[in-house]
Amino acid sequence: MIAIIDYGMGNLKSVFNAFKQVSPEADIKVTSNPADIKKAHQVVFPGQGAMPDCIRELDERNLRSSVIDAAKTKPFLGICIGLQMLFDKSEEGNTDGLGLLSGTIKRFNNENTADESGHKLKIPHMGWNEVSQTNDHPLWKNISNNDRFYFVHSYYLESKDKNIVSAETLYAQKFCCAIAKENIFAVQFHPEKSSTAGLQLIKNFIQWAV
Amino acid sequence: MSLAKRIIPCLDVTDGRVVKGINFLELQDAGDPVEVAKKYNEQGADELTFLDITASSDNRGLILHIIESVAKEVFIPLTVGGGVRTLEDVRNLLNAGADKVSINTSAIVNPDIVYQTSSRFGSQCIVVAIDAKLTDQGDKSFWQVFTHGGRNATGLDAIEWAVKMASLGAGELLITSMDRDGTKKGFDLELIKSISDKVDVPIIASGGVGDLQHLVDGIKIGGADAVLAASIFHFGEYTIDQAKAFMKSNHIEIRQ
Repeated sequence: MIAIIDYGMGNLKSVFNAFKQVSPEADIKVTSNPADIKKAHQVVFPGQGAMPDCIRELDERNLRSSVIDAAKTKPFLGICIGLQMLFDKSEEGNTDGLGLLSGTIKRFNNENTADESGHKLKIPHMGWNEVSQTNDHPLWKNISNNDRFYFVHSYYLESKDKNIVSAETLYAQKFCCAIAKENIFAVQFHPEKSSTAGLQLIKNFIQWAV
Repeated sequence: MSLAKRIIPCLDVTDGRVVKGINFLELQDAGDPVEVAKKYNEQGADELTFLDITASSDNRGLILHIIESVAKEVFIPLTVGGGVRTLEDVRNLLNAGADKVSINTSAIVNPDIVYQTSSRFGSQCIVVAIDAKLTDQGDKSFWQVFTHGGRNATGLDAIEWAVKMASLGAGELLITSMDRDGTKKGFDLELIKSISDKVDVPIIASGGVGDLQHLVDGIKIGGADAVLAASIFHFGEYTIDQAKAFMKSNHIEIRQ
């Protein structure tokens, strides 16, 4: 069973639909039940909205330890805030993350930036941007380097641990948009909204044998 | 190598069907929403916007079924607007599979709805749509905000309103020039630029697209992050591929 963790922040229908699309026969469950997460063979940790709210809602549902257990033991896919929460700390509301990985989530600074027509860059970073793969990982299988994925976020990961970086994107600056460490893979973009490339990444996750 | 500017076809939906108006009068059936959405997705649309123009409240629920069906087959961002009034409306649309909800008239009636919904569901899913018209006031003029599909004047200045909406949590602004809508003369670039310069959130330019140069101007001159168009795509004058190729030849980053 694949568990998509629901902690009450936003809409998980898109994530569910994308998994169903690539694997109609798979047993996929949107759940906030720790027993389901424990039983699952693979776990998806999505997230949208503000990180302080996400952490609070996660704790209100007593899901923190389930998420940490899953991230230590089985194929685990973090999406958007689901990536950000894995790290030590976020500037957003000065929030502590789950501390599974070392790094800080920072807000984009668009001072002195310009797009190709000379207009200042907007925040949030919203739309399709290039994902340049920095290592070889099973989740990049059949995805072209620099393929575009859909992003929507105002905060990004800054990590000193370069070994976990699996892809980078340029917006105001180069930032890490995908991380990989052992059984954990997490992305800042939304594969469930990234058309063909996104569905391929989800397919790769389903087939990923850690 | 950077963020791509977006092309967003807009689909008007009523009674479960996509319709297209000719000079705002006669509505013609333009097909099944799922089929139209799939067609634009295959052509390379970066997002889709659905505008529910259903007049009777009886059939309002139909849009939820449409979004549910589209979201099962099309994996790009979907925005839905038209008649969104309450937190519950937003929740229902998001649960049906919308990624963003566009709020227009109800933001004027109750600006707090923008704060409430963006706090609850995140700024990323709240788009505020602003319909503006150049209005004379004494010896100067300003862009005035209109509601109810352009029927009611509000007295509000569109630029100030845009700044306020962004500060209340709108993640994106959809700016339509009523002076240009349906004219095919191009976007009101001054309006788009005036707002784009003042707010940090992305701007979608709308109203007046008649040819591909207009799309380029909206981005290069207006500073828009995305361009929305209906008729040039619906009537088959241009495909989205053609629009993208033209933008690319004008040195605009696009997603291929």
